[in-house]
Amino acid sequence: MGKAFAEKVLARAAGLSDVRPGEIVDVYPDLYMSHMASWRCIRTLEKMGTDKLYDPERIAMVMDHISPARIAKTADDQRLCREFAVRKGINKFYDVEAGIAHVVLMEAGHIRPGMVVIGTDSHSTIYGALGALGTGVGFSEITAAWVTGKLWMKVPESIKVIIEGPLARGTSSKDVMLKLIGDLTADGATYCSVEFHGSYVERLSISDRMTLCNLAMELGAKNAFVRPDEITRSYLGERGVPPGQYTEIHPDPDPVYVKSVTIDGRSLVPQIACPHTVDNVKPIDQVAGTKVNQVFVGSCANAKYEDLVEAARILKGRKIAPGVRLLVSPASKEIVARTVKDGTYSILLEAGALITNPGCSACAGDGGVMADGEVTLSTANRNFQGRMGSYNAEIYLGSPAVAAATAVRGVITDPREFL
Amino acid sequence: MTEKIGGRLIKFGDNVNTDVIIPGRYLVSIDPQELAKHAFEPMGTEVQKRLWSSQVVVGGKNFGCGSAREQAASCLIGCGIKAVVAKSFSRVFFRNCINTGLPAVECSEAAEAALDGGELWIDLEQGMVEVQGESFSFASYPESLKQILEAGGLIPYLAKYVLPQQEALKRHTPELSRR
Ligand code: SF4
Repeated sequence: MGKAFAEKVLARAAGLSDVRPGEIVDVYPDLYMSHMASWRCIRTLEKMGTDKLYDPERIAMVMDHISPARIAKTADDQRLCREFAVRKGINKFYDVEAGIAHVVLMEAGHIRPGMVVIGTDSHSTIYGALGALGTGVGFSEITAAWVTGKLWMKVPESIKVIIEGPLARGTSSKDVMLKLIGDLTADGATYCSVEFHGSYVERLSISDRMTLCNLAMELGAKNAFVRPDEITRSYLGERGVPPGQYTEIHPDPDPVYVKSVTIDGRSLVPQIACPHTVDNVKPIDQVAGTKVNQVFVGSCANAKYEDLVEAARILKGRKIAPGVRLLVSPASKEIVARTVKDGTYSILLEAGALITNPGCSACAGDGGVMADGEVTLSTANRNFQGRMGSYNAEIYLGSPAVAAATAVRGVITDPREFL
Repeated sequence: MTEKIGGRLIKFGDNVNTDVIIPGRYLVSIDPQELAKHAFEPMGTEVQKRLWSSQVVVGGKNFGCGSAREQAASCLIGCGIKAVVAKSFSRVFFRNCINTGLPAVECSEAAEAALDGGELWIDLEQGMVEVQGESFSFASYPESLKQILEAGGLIPYLAKYVLPQQEALKRHTPELSRR
């Protein structure tokens, strides 16, 4: 019997020849990501009474979630991180202008196939888009890794998700994932490594792979994975990382999967996750017409360059509905630059969007919050109660195309009407 | 860990997420006492009052799903919660409980049998939960996790056992994926 991706990559990072699902092993991650929580790690380090770091080269810090600071306490926390990075020679430090940690680190070429990456953020599963094992941990664990270089991990079982394409008109990787989450429910992949296979995934853009792997978290996954290929190599090559600088790890041809699920993208329709859970998913015709006060195009799931271009395709030459707020928060500085250069930025502005600085923005409740009784259609990955302002407000989740169509009509709208 | 832990329980349903346990707006703090004031705030003050006078939180399936915020575990400690029992836990929440020294027990039958406001007692050593006059067993922790819990969490555990041998540890790093 062959091995799934997670077993192979964890064996490598644990320095063992063989590991089995269920086993608890000490893993030496290749990169430790911390975002706004970095200051908590630094304070915890002080409490431990040491400041010896295992390997500063493996530490990556990105000042996202709240950027720039809105209150003095946050400014103070961010200063602590900045000064710590200088003092400790942490080269992978990105300040408040950079954007969302996940996207920033991938764009910078820090995430490579075959790596094990831990992050103070649950959506660290996104790193599977580049063939790495990414998983979320608490800040104490990051601090522990800073000092000891290691972390206990349970070797997960693996689930195979086969997506057959091409996707039906008006649907995207977001709709694929919402459908999957609706079918499998929010704990459908708890503790598991989710591997994406099938004709849709082959030759898929890194941006769409990021959406797949990011949203795998909403199934409870420990990590997600797309097999590295030419697309992966050229993405990294463009970012100054030639194939000689990493070792790809692929699953064997015949691993044991605890579950295998097939999604037929050819017959997919746009999907919406309704309040207040991500697995409360309905095909769009069941919620079309729901009035919204705000549309948010943002988050690490769907505010990448390709997502903004997709939204702009529908918004071009149109105006958003009166009384609706359209908030666009690009995922990174690089994305802002690209959209400015190719005119996407102006299309969004002219349609009536408020474009914020890159970062988590409304997804983290950092600006763009809602009043009592308000409704937002969001491209983010969570619709939990109270995540964007009032506890009595509602969040619906959909694709960038749904968001754009909804902004134009002021009610949840099927994007196929515009295509 | 021979003593039983437990007391009055408060019971929740399936898929209780971290944004409900501790809303993102309060993450500027890491003080368990401070965080405790806002634990379960979206559910209203009645629920909060009962939480503050309970010692055990009982959840359904996928308890603690959502974000990686460690405060979802530490805020419960601030509330005086001694253990969490659920049908199943989200992965990161489970880790955060162990790493902050809060026992998280996966025991479907006990979570099912528990009645809101009743009592629940756990024997971690024996792997038993007592509730409603019945006893249920659960798979006890692997040794490595027991040690972390006994030390009161990951950081105290490291400070006590691991840091003193830090130098010896360095030599055992496996080969990296070439960076
Ligand atoms: S964009 Fe949202 S989901 Fe992504 S890291 Fe930021 S807060 Fe988390």
